[in-house]
Amino acid sequence: MFEISPAEWTAILLSLRVAIIATLVATPFGIALAWLLARYNFWGKSVLDALIHLPLVLPPVATGYLLLLSFGRRGLVGAWLADNFGIVFAFRWTGAALACGIMSFPLLVRPIRLSIEAIDRRLEQASSTLGAAPWQVFATVTLPLALPGVLAGMVLGFAKAIGEFGATITFVSNIPGETQTISSAIYSLIQTPDGDAAAGRLVLISIVIAMGALIASEWFARRATKRLHGN
Amino acid sequence: MLRVDVTKQLGEFSLEAKFESQGRVTGLFGASGAGKTSLINMIAGLLRPDRGIIALDDETLDDTSNGVHVPPHRRRIGYVFQDARLFPHFNVRQNLDYGRRMNRLAEDSAQRARITDLLDIAHLLDRRPGQLSGGERQRVALGRALLSRPRLLLMDEPLGSLDESRKEEILPYLVRLRDEGIPMVYVSHDAAELRQLATQIVMLKRGRVTALGGVKVLT
Repeated sequence: MFEISPAEWTAILLSLRVAIIATLVATPFGIALAWLLARYNFWGKSVLDALIHLPLVLPPVATGYLLLLSFGRRGLVGAWLADNFGIVFAFRWTGAALACGIMSFPLLVRPIRLSIEAIDRRLEQASSTLGAAPWQVFATVTLPLALPGVLAGMVLGFAKAIGEFGATITFVSNIPGETQTISSAIYSLIQTPDGDAAAGRLVLISIVIAMGALIASEWFARRATKRLHGN
Repeated sequence: MLRVDVTKQLGEFSLEAKFESQGRVTGLFGASGAGKTSLINMIAGLLRPDRGIIALDDETLDDTSNGVHVPPHRRRIGYVFQDARLFPHFNVRQNLDYGRRMNRLAEDSAQRARITDLLDIAHLLDRRPGQLSGGERQRVALGRALLSRPRLLLMDEPLGSLDESRKEEILPYLVRLRDEGIPMVYVSHDAAELRQLATQIVMLKRGRVTALGGVKVLT
């Protein structure tokens, strides 16, 4: 029962790669947007906020289809990226990473935003009176104090990315070795007559990864509180 | 020399202050709500005046009619807050070193040793702010401001959050600092404190300067 086949390994490793890349690439954008939303009031802020949360409430198939329309080979952005930079998302693992990154983005942004909102702004004032330029204030005070929130967001985003199914399969299909993640492998296996055992193994592995991520996220959250109280 | 001539509307409260100070320690005296903190926040550059001028020595820091506003990090004005505001994620040594690093000043271990001796904080260097008493925290905040090599030191009721015995503990350090010769603006609502420290008094009442002069205006 616990013999993991090479095909299953491929799916597991691909899932990890897709989720890790998606999280790492999304994080800087997540920090920038979280900071913008936490610190500034501007025209269209609620629209931007809603847009970030859209993948959370939209049917994943709809998100995948929108990605296909815009980032597909003939999509507006997809064609431009392919022509100018040679970057292709359609039916590649990079497309899976893009889909996972967008689907997990709201979960990534939220803890970062909350942790930035929790920072005592008077500490940033103190920093500026000591000679820190705004970017130095951000790098030496804001970001380090928000770091546990950033890590918690990354873990949550990663967990979401690794379980993503609907948008990924709609956008990049289900190609073993290229775009077949754990989720789509499970989907294929339960449609095969004797795939139950293999599907079960992959489900177990998903549970282990998800639990690990949630426990890690909890641990980071606790560290955040400790750090802000200065112990 | 510090020259201040500003107006600022903060909700219902209007602040209108004009004074010049030659003194080494300018005591800003007034009841709470008189506008003392708003005034030194403007000197620090944390708050922008609606109208007016702030100048230190021969540099204009704010001049609203010419659109001049030097941001806080370029003013080289140290600020000791009532609530210390030490960085919780740094230990005492890193807090003390912060201003030097941000201003890219060369390391000066002699200067640091002198300040940590002066303030009796050398034994606290490896601690986190969360492990310090209120008095220790305030001394570290003082040291941190001093080590950024300010041209002027602003102190907003640095003893305000401390009980009587702690105040007695810190006051001698403040007197030592005054005798070091760094110009200071010292905010307090405690006349006794200012009599010990200040060389010149600016009295503030409901957002207006009501008296200017030596410490005798306190009586």
